[in-house]
Formats: sequence, structure tokens, C-alpha cells
Amino acid sequence: MKNIKIIIQNLKNIIKIFPIEKIQIYNSDITLIIKHNILLDILLFFKNHILSQFKILTCISAADYPANKYRFKIIYELLSIRFNNRIKIKIFISEINSVDSTDKLFLTSNWYECEIWDMFGIFFKNNKNLKRILTDYGFEGYPLRKDYPLSGYVEMRYHETKKRVTIEPIELSQEYRTFKFLSPWDVK
Amino acid sequence: MSFKKNNLKRKIKNFTINFGPQHPAAHGVLRLVLELKGESVKKADPHIGLLHRGTEKLIEYKNYLQALPYFDRLDYVSMMSQEHSFCLAVEKLLNCKIPKRAKYIRVIFAEITRILNHLLAVGCHAMDVGAMTPFLWAFEEREKLMEFYERISGARMHAAYFRPGGVHIDLPKGLLSDIFLFIKQFNLRLNEIEDMLTENRIWKQRLIDIGVVSSKMALEWGFSGVMLRGSGVKWDLRKTQPYEIYQNVSFDVPTGTNGDCYDRYLIRIFEMKQSLKIIEQCLNNLPQGFIKSNNNKITPPTRPEMKQSMESLIHHFKIYTQGFVVPTNETYTATEAPKGEFGVFLISDNTNKPYRCKIKAPGFTHLQALSFMSQNHMIADVVTIIGTQDIVFGEIDR
Repeated sequence: MKNIKIIIQNLKNIIKIFPIEKIQIYNSDITLIIKHNILLDILLFFKNHILSQFKILTCISAADYPANKYRFKIIYELLSIRFNNRIKIKIFISEINSVDSTDKLFLTSNWYECEIWDMFGIFFKNNKNLKRILTDYGFEGYPLRKDYPLSGYVEMRYHETKKRVTIEPIELSQEYRTFKFLSPWDVK
Repeated sequence: MSFKKNNLKRKIKNFTINFGPQHPAAHGVLRLVLELKGESVKKADPHIGLLHRGTEKLIEYKNYLQALPYFDRLDYVSMMSQEHSFCLAVEKLLNCKIPKRAKYIRVIFAEITRILNHLLAVGCHAMDVGAMTPFLWAFEEREKLMEFYERISGARMHAAYFRPGGVHIDLPKGLLSDIFLFIKQFNLRLNEIEDMLTENRIWKQRLIDIGVVSSKMALEWGFSGVMLRGSGVKWDLRKTQPYEIYQNVSFDVPTGTNGDCYDRYLIRIFEMKQSLKIIEQCLNNLPQGFIKSNNNKITPPTRPEMKQSMESLIHHFKIYTQGFVVPTNETYTATEAPKGEFGVFLISDNTNKPYRCKIKAPGFTHLQALSFMSQNHMIADVVTIIGTQDIVFGEIDR
């Protein structure tokens, strides 16, 4: 990870061009927090700049913080084969905002965006084929949001008399027990 | 009534067929909607999610130790490699160092897992293409490897052997010499499989120049592992971003030249040989010592200790009820799993459960490129391409 110096040097130049909210460096992980409207420019810059060359988009992940004003956090994980380095680009958006799709820049981002749309309900503008990818055909709701219950709302089964698959509201004989206690005897 | 010539003109549109989800060559539950022009594929639209079990959601409701076994069940042919990523991620968040012996044991089993996976990949690939025998030979060898799994963890597949802070228990007596005997005879078995395939006329006709990916496109599609190396990009996380003791062992990273299915097959065979080399070095250098970190807030105490000391008993109880608390942080940790870069993106929030655990499965990105790779190939070649991508649905659907 000697090349981290090059990247940091490069970051200094980027700050002059782009309004970057925050740069976090932990061990050798670099994270940039940016506004979502400059996402495409930043990604284009990192992908093609001669001193960054982050050609691979490893993954896009999202996380939900229901209490925050900007509820969702989306993290773009970039990998530079040339400089053997990784960088995270982080954006925060609220429920009503949409994010620009990056599938023109990275072909791989299409399915990752579909997955986030499926799981969190974050809409990606200009995505060529945004669809529910992991859940069932005709599924409703966004399972990975924190307000979605672990057991879901409906259950599917093969109905013997109707001779078809039916969808019914779920009925649990026992509620799912979440043990919220962190430590029963730790009174701090 | 007379027929006019322009009445007879028909509009021809492409033919769409459904492939799977219950097709044996679909490697599980892949539903493909293929758009065909004549017999050549114009577009392949994979419908995934038939094996979706909500692993990421489930992990949010379990503590770190309980979340570990889910990783075995993702890609159910390379079990320990995935535990490995998760353990490394948790250790990174905890800032925990593990003893050297644990590292060596982890590497031995990560490489055994690689052989396990590649045997299945090559075997199933050969069977998809029409060669039955290598598949049966490969499964014979897999059986032996799974016996090693059983001897260290009691489970043939879902081992849950790597734990945050080390490994679960020390190696049983005689295991190392049996592994040594295995690697001595396995080279021969590998040669036998190669005899059946490498120079085989049919095998070559079916694989060469099928599913060609240039290095530029491989990067664009976010490939990793064998798929990336097959396209000539020399990138192996074990070499470039070494974890555990990979910097101390010597091995070669094979790369392809044409980026076709045949290159990827050769790389898989070569990687198995390199894995044997790594295991042999580890067997020779395996140090004595502890197999897990002695920080009893993270790892449970040993059984005799627990029976003797009150403090150990409390630690034991706390670990298996409350688990351990991980300070607020987040990390992306990736390892070179047999299929490619398997990453775990973990957000902790100072409790005993992960706040979010995103799993980056290599197969997910590879399958996405199926449409691109199978363009203008025959239907039968789609099966070859699925085989070369080494698709396992446990990790793609999560």
C-alpha cells in the first residue's frame, strides 16, 4: 500500500476542484463523503484520472438510518488495480430523493442498483433496467429497511384445496423474540 | 382469390425461450430468458432471487458469533473462505490480532476449500459439456477433503470453524499427516483429470473461443478471481493485498491470454496445484502455540479452563449469551475466495449485533455479464459459459 501517498496527494488536488464534505482515513481505508449531486463527476474523475485509475466498482452498498433526516447511506466501493488501492465514496440521501445511476460509467453497477432499489426503495435516475432483482415477482415492500419486520408481512404456501400457491398475511404462533438487552448486569 | 407476393411477406421476430429454473445445467435455480435469432443467442436475461433467504437481514438480528454460520450457507461449495472474510472483518473492527498458528490453520483450510471449490467447478463444467467421468473423480476427491472438514469441526460442509479471534479448536491428532498424504496423491488425480480434459478434442472445441472477455471488459464488469485472471489481469488478493500469512508462502498466480473458457479452465487446474504447494509449505512451517486470541472478551476459554476457574466460566457464559460488543465503525474486508473477491461490508454500532452486513458475492457480478458473454453464441454455449463462471446460487441470491 505504498501508493496511498499518491492517492492522498491526489486528494489534495481534488478538494480544490470538488466540494467534498469530509475525508475519513482509518488505517488505510479512505472514505470520501460527498453530496449526491456531484456523484457522477466524482466517479468519472476517479475512474479516469491518471493518478487514481479506479477502474473497478467492487460493490455498492446501502444502509438505513430511519432516525436521520438523510435516511440512507450509499457507499460506492472502488478498486484501482493500477495502484492497488481501494476508496469508498459515500453519499447520504433522504427517502424522497433519487440518485443518479452510474451504469453508464460502470457496467457492473446496474445489478447493484437494482438490488438497492429492491431492498431499500432508493430510486436510481436513468438506470436502463431498474427492476426488483432478488425478491419474488410481485413482492411489495423494502425488506432491508430497518422498519421492515424480520418475518415480513405475508407467507406463501401451496394451498391444497385451491390447488395453487396462495399469499396470506403471516400468522406466527410465537412472536420473534429479539433480545434487546446488551448486558443484563452492565449498569452504565 | 389470388396470392400476391407482398402478402406472403412475414415479419420475423426473435424467438424467446425460457431456460430453467429446474435445469440441471442451471447450477441450482437460474431462470434465463433467452432471446434467440435462429440458434444464436441475442440476449440473455437472468432472473435471480429464487434462492433468496434474506441472509443480510437475518444477520442484523443475530450477534456476531451467531451470524458466522450464515456465511457457510452462502456459497455452499466454498464454505470456509467466506467465514474467513467475515472473521477478518470482525477482527478488523475489534482491532484484534490472532496467533500465528491460527493464521496457518486458516490458510491451510482456505486452500483446501479452494481445491474443494475448483474440483466442483471443473467437474460440473465438464459434465455440463458432456464429460461425465471427471465429475465422478472430482467428487471422490471432494469426499476426502470434506472428511478433513469433518475431523476439525464435526460437519462435512457447514463447518463454522473459523471464529473471530482464531479458529474454534486445535487440529486433531494425525490430521496433518493425513493432509500430507492427500496432497501427495492428489497431484496424480489432478493429472488424471487433466488427461481426460486438457487435450481432449471435444473439450477444446467446446471451450476455446467461447465466452471471450477482454481485459477492458472484465474490469468494466467488475470481475474478480479466475474470471479476471482469465482475461490476463494479474490480480490476486492473496498477492496484492495479502492477509494472514500469504506474504510468507510462495506461489504463482496464473493468468490467461485469450480470456476464453478454456483459459479459465486451465487457470482453475493450475490454481489447485498452487494450493497444494501452499498447503505443503504451511504444513512444514506450522508453528506450535495458541489457536485463538487469548482475549477472553472475544474468544471463549478452553473447556478445562472453564471447569476450573470462575472467571473463565463467566467469560464463557457471556460470550455465548451476550456475545461481544464491537465499537462503532465500518469496514470493507475482502478475501480471495475461490470464485473471486468475496467481500463483507460490516457496519457496527457499539452493540453485540452488526448494524448492517452487506455481502459482496463474486458470482453476482459475474452472472450479470452473462448476457454480454453469451452474445452471438449458440444455446449450448450458454451452458458452457454458466459453467465457466462457476455460478452457485447460494451466494448470488443470498
